[in-house]
Amino acid sequence: MIHDHPRKAEAFTRDDERAHWHDKALWFVRVKRDRGAATVPEWEALRTAAEGIKVHTLSRLPDYLEEFERNATRNGIQVHWARDGAEHNRIVHGILERHGVTRMVKSKSMLTEECHLNPYLEGRGIEVVDTDLGERIVQLAGEPPSHIVMPAIHRKKEEIGELFHEKLGTPRGLSDPTVLTEKARQHLREKFLGAQAGLTGVNFAIAETGGFVVVTNEGNADMGTTLPPVHIASMGIEKIIPRLADMGVFTRLLARSATGQPVSSYTTHFHAPLPGGELHVVIVDNGRTEMLSEAHRRKALCCIRCGACLNTCPVYRRSGGYSYSYLIPGPIGSVLGPHRDLAAHASLPFASSLCGSCTDVCPVKVDLHHQLLLLRQEVGEEKLLPLPKRVGMKVAAWAMARPGVFRAGGRFARWVLRVAPFLARIGPGAIWTKGRELPQAPRESFADLYDQEMARKPEVRP
Amino acid sequence: MNSRETILAALRATNTAPVPSPRHPTPVRQGDPVVRFLESVKVVGGQSYRVPDAAALAAAVASLPVWSSPRRASLVPDLPGGTVDLEAIVDPHELADLDVSAIPGELGVAENGAVWVKGETLRPHRAVFVIPEHLILVVRAQDIVNDMQEAYGRITLPRPGYGLFISGPSKTADIEQSLVIGAHGARSCAVFVVG
Repeated sequence: MIHDHPRKAEAFTRDDERAHWHDKALWFVRVKRDRGAATVPEWEALRTAAEGIKVHTLSRLPDYLEEFERNATRNGIQVHWARDGAEHNRIVHGILERHGVTRMVKSKSMLTEECHLNPYLEGRGIEVVDTDLGERIVQLAGEPPSHIVMPAIHRKKEEIGELFHEKLGTPRGLSDPTVLTEKARQHLREKFLGAQAGLTGVNFAIAETGGFVVVTNEGNADMGTTLPPVHIASMGIEKIIPRLADMGVFTRLLARSATGQPVSSYTTHFHAPLPGGELHVVIVDNGRTEMLSEAHRRKALCCIRCGACLNTCPVYRRSGGYSYSYLIPGPIGSVLGPHRDLAAHASLPFASSLCGSCTDVCPVKVDLHHQLLLLRQEVGEEKLLPLPKRVGMKVAAWAMARPGVFRAGGRFARWVLRVAPFLARIGPGAIWTKGRELPQAPRESFADLYDQEMARKPEVRP
Repeated sequence: MNSRETILAALRATNTAPVPSPRHPTPVRQGDPVVRFLESVKVVGGQSYRVPDAAALAAAVASLPVWSSPRRASLVPDLPGGTVDLEAIVDPHELADLDVSAIPGELGVAENGAVWVKGETLRPHRAVFVIPEHLILVVRAQDIVNDMQEAYGRITLPRPGYGLFISGPSKTADIEQSLVIGAHGARSCAVFVVG
């Protein structure tokens, strides 16, 4: 398990050209995010407020969940509670069965991925069509999403053309995104018009008003909830915010952080079923309470799923979504996965350079790189590290506690780099120099320079 | 215990110390909101127009090529010319071939070109904003606010309520980050500011 991420990443980086293409595509989104953030002078104050609202809400979560339920029920929404993914799936299936639904359209929901809803329903004779374009692409390909906002970011347009040819019967050789999107529009229109129920995720649920908000650019959640009479919305317990006014803070941050847009195309507020229809909300725990019970893990539940930490992460950009063992990739997934099951996701805290860029871009200030560091320590304490790494750490700790040994080691390393640099490319240390240019070894170390300087100016010596 | 009680009891057992709710920051005002709004609509992929009054609105909409399509619906009181009687339609699926709808908005947001449309407007079929090929939104100049925080300060949701912000046409960038307008909803979005 500890080699999971590097092993899968190695497969991804074998295609050098594709790995660079992936890196650039995501950096492009990160740059757009920066431009979007720069248009808002009070950006940092908004981040602080968003963090504060989330932390406050989590500190009083049971009260807000009850308030939400009370108000939602008064609005004519049917509220269900699910302890885990299996119960969530049973509830959703029960609703669909009662209405005799055999065709359902679904807009993006990472929670239903977490619960494995699609295979559950398909096994019971219900056609589930993911309607977000990226989600539909990966669904047709039989893959999970590789990014939480852009599920098919790993696929090239030519491959999507080939996939559509195979699965949708479009002419061979299409690769123009406009043409491909048009084909998907026509294909999914049929699905929308034929669906008997629509399922959506929940971006924000508002305790004060008893309603919830779903955000999309494509309008797929809106197509899927204005035509069929039955709407089911799945939400994790952490999606609650106290007041409608709090939406003013989150809508200013979410799309700018995700794609750099000033806001998403559709920000839809559901506070009642369609006339004559039904609206169900399924509130899911599935391990969240456990995460909430420990102060240092609680912060990860503030995440609003914008994907900014993925786009900025040098490791995610260069290793792709499928190198991560948890269903949510990138820094936030590398925190959430190990918080759920440390042994199963032991490699993820190491899939980071700890540069801290994820923490800097996070709109709700989740302390991602600090959590990753803490998780590394937990992996060590649980003895989940492989032997060479454990021994290496012990040796390093021993040497670093002995200045003489440390300096001698430094001298030796600089001598190797000058005289026989090829030695750095072989042996167990070679993993550190793979794919990298070796540094020019300086004559003197920092400690040497410091000593010389201090010898010249003894008066400034601390 | 049922699942509801189990979840709530487990949450209460975490004994999380209450943290006070923060204040929202006060946004910095950036220029004339109407001018900024018209600009923002273009940024999000729409077209924006300013007209002095209802008569000018009717004339301007009539001159839009999309308004010459056969199946048009107008929910804007001052805008005649609709050909589809929404009240006469029982099932929203019958709107599948709707070419264009014109819908009044309650608010326009300068920072992002979003228009707030309340549920009562979208009667009898909510789908009328997302199912047509093209969309026309109309908002009064005095109803343009600076930002989303100001907008939410003005929104009231009736019980039971529904409403949404629409910012430009439907779009996607899911194929190689190429922006394509017209994913599932409207392929174009013309926004008129009256006054």
